[in-house]
Amino acid sequence: MKIIVIGLNHKTADVDVREKLAFNGPKLEEGLLRLSELQGVEEAIVLSTCNRVELYACVKDPEEAYGAIRAFLSEYHGLDGPSLDRSLYLHVDREAVRHVFRVGASLDSMVVGEPQILGQLKDAFEFALERKTTGMLLNKLMKKTISVAKRVRTETKIAENAVSISFAACELARKIFADLSGKAFMLLGAGEMAELAAKHMMNFGVKSVTVANRTYERGCELASEFDGRAIPFEEFLKEMVFADIVICSTGAPAYVLHREEMQRVMKERKQKPVFIIDISVPRNIDPEVNELDNVYLYDVDDLQGVVESNIQERHKEAAKAEDIVEEEIESFEKWLFSLNSVPTIVALRSKAETIRREELERLMNKCPELGEKQRKAIEYMAAAIMNKLIHPPTVALKEDVEDKDALIATIRKLYALNGDDEENDG
Amino acid sequence: MGVLFFELSLTFYFAATIVSVIELFRGSKATSRFILIFAVVGFVFHTATIVLRYVVSGHLPIVSLHEASSFYTWCIVLVFFFIEYRYRLDLLGPFTMPVVFILMLSSSVFPRGIRVLPPVLQSSWLGVHTFLAFLGDAAFAMAFGIGIMYLIQEHHLKSKRLGGLFQRLPSLQLLDEINYRLITLGFPLLTLAIITGAFWAESAWGSYWRWDPKEVWSLITWFIYALVLHARLTAGWRGRKAAVLSILGFLCVIFTFFGVNLLLKGLHAFV
Repeated sequence: MKIIVIGLNHKTADVDVREKLAFNGPKLEEGLLRLSELQGVEEAIVLSTCNRVELYACVKDPEEAYGAIRAFLSEYHGLDGPSLDRSLYLHVDREAVRHVFRVGASLDSMVVGEPQILGQLKDAFEFALERKTTGMLLNKLMKKTISVAKRVRTETKIAENAVSISFAACELARKIFADLSGKAFMLLGAGEMAELAAKHMMNFGVKSVTVANRTYERGCELASEFDGRAIPFEEFLKEMVFADIVICSTGAPAYVLHREEMQRVMKERKQKPVFIIDISVPRNIDPEVNELDNVYLYDVDDLQGVVESNIQERHKEAAKAEDIVEEEIESFEKWLFSLNSVPTIVALRSKAETIRREELERLMNKCPELGEKQRKAIEYMAAAIMNKLIHPPTVALKEDVEDKDALIATIRKLYALNGDDEENDG
Repeated sequence: MGVLFFELSLTFYFAATIVSVIELFRGSKATSRFILIFAVVGFVFHTATIVLRYVVSGHLPIVSLHEASSFYTWCIVLVFFFIEYRYRLDLLGPFTMPVVFILMLSSSVFPRGIRVLPPVLQSSWLGVHTFLAFLGDAAFAMAFGIGIMYLIQEHHLKSKRLGGLFQRLPSLQLLDEINYRLITLGFPLLTLAIITGAFWAESAWGSYWRWDPKEVWSLITWFIYALVLHARLTAGWRGRKAAVLSILGFLCVIFTFFGVNLLLKGLHAFV
């Protein structure tokens, strides 16, 4: 039995291919069930997100399974073979395990370290679990993947710094203000970007929202979305006295706020700090405003710079995460190896042997009066009992049966042959 | 015994300072915990030193320059624990422990003998006046450390280079707020110290105010902190300006403490 990964992601396929191949809504259940019924596929999980469509499976023969699955995907999603071949990858055994670990730890993501993928992976696993398309191997693989992802999260700083512009803005705001709740927030212009950034800010508990827009009606519309208040654009300077965070995207061709005006605003607000984010291109706020005390002005390029340096930080951390993944692959392989019949037979025999020796010793200590002849007889009997008891499972392990993995697992469980590592990482 | 405790305390403050430097460059939970542990152990030995000296000499050990700077250091560590407990600021240790260590080191180089207190100084004012002054100055020392943290963080935000300490330093607002609190704690203490000092001077030397260098420099320090508070309330001098002033104020405190005693001899000079 081999673990394989077949799929495509943002690196190998364009969005139009990914879209076509996605298992959305009811397609997921149907697709999963049909895939798991394919010839040679024992276990299956389907992971379908906007950046990747992947099938994790246990199969007898990877090449054969690849052919069957590829044929199914092409028929089910109506995609021709060549365009599928360009995008699909196949990983087997160790490579497959590595791939799944890396996906779960968000090392294979478009934005390295983004946290959603682990949740999506858990959902996919649970979905398959409920429909009973998984078995011992994939269950173990998934549990291990989740624990690897957690280890990466706690032992590296891979998910620490913000890597989107609006998140970066929120993070900056939290280094200026101790607490965003209760801060007054102002939107200059009511563009889409402003709206998005406003939503992020609201999530951090910003208190009141004021919208100043050139078209007053649009301003009112946006204000009502956030339970805010619209004001005529001409009055924004007066209102700025009360605003702690300002997002500006008016689309004006020139600066709408200059240093002198801001200086007056700051004097009126008694120098209380203000964070201004100018996301308009061309810029709407004179960069000199940043030179004023207690004013922190960031434009799109500044935020982009923050994001880029954060991404670099993440890539540094990713190297550490790769080491963790390699370590965990070793431990998973060890577990896989223990599933082979030969080590199981050896373990079973040595366990029985230990019991026999211990019991004999105990008896001999208790009854030193036994003569040489009796001792020989008792030893012979103990060996005979032991051999007769372990004979049937040994024979069963040597046979070539359908559900070998399950049988091995059962025997290991019945005779308690699993080492400590089995219980640790469930 | 006392000497041994003093050296042990100095050693632990030194260890805390070394870990502080490590914390600045590659901080972790372990380093910040070690700074605190070393500081606590150092503080315990330090307290023992002071208690022993009190028992031997029969008065608060703040008469010689050695005793005074040791006691001042003790007050700073006390205020540091308070701020640490109250706010759990990241990186507070690295901006405090070096100051603590340097003051303790300077204490160690002054003559350590226990002097007999001159009769004019034998008064209960001794404890009250000096304790108020030292506690106030300790609050200013912490405001100095916080002020430096503020300036670094502000520089990060203004220059838009957000590497290094940016992630671990607290927010500007919090730093500014603690700085303000420390000064509002230190200022009344300093004021009371000056007032009690005047009464003591009257009873010991027969006049309330004699313009001796220490008095003059205390007054200058008092004016600087009065300016910090006044400008903050009226003109909104907060943030960077407040941080710069609190750094300047602390330099005055240090000069009043060492400079006046070593360079300008006056009545106040420690024995």
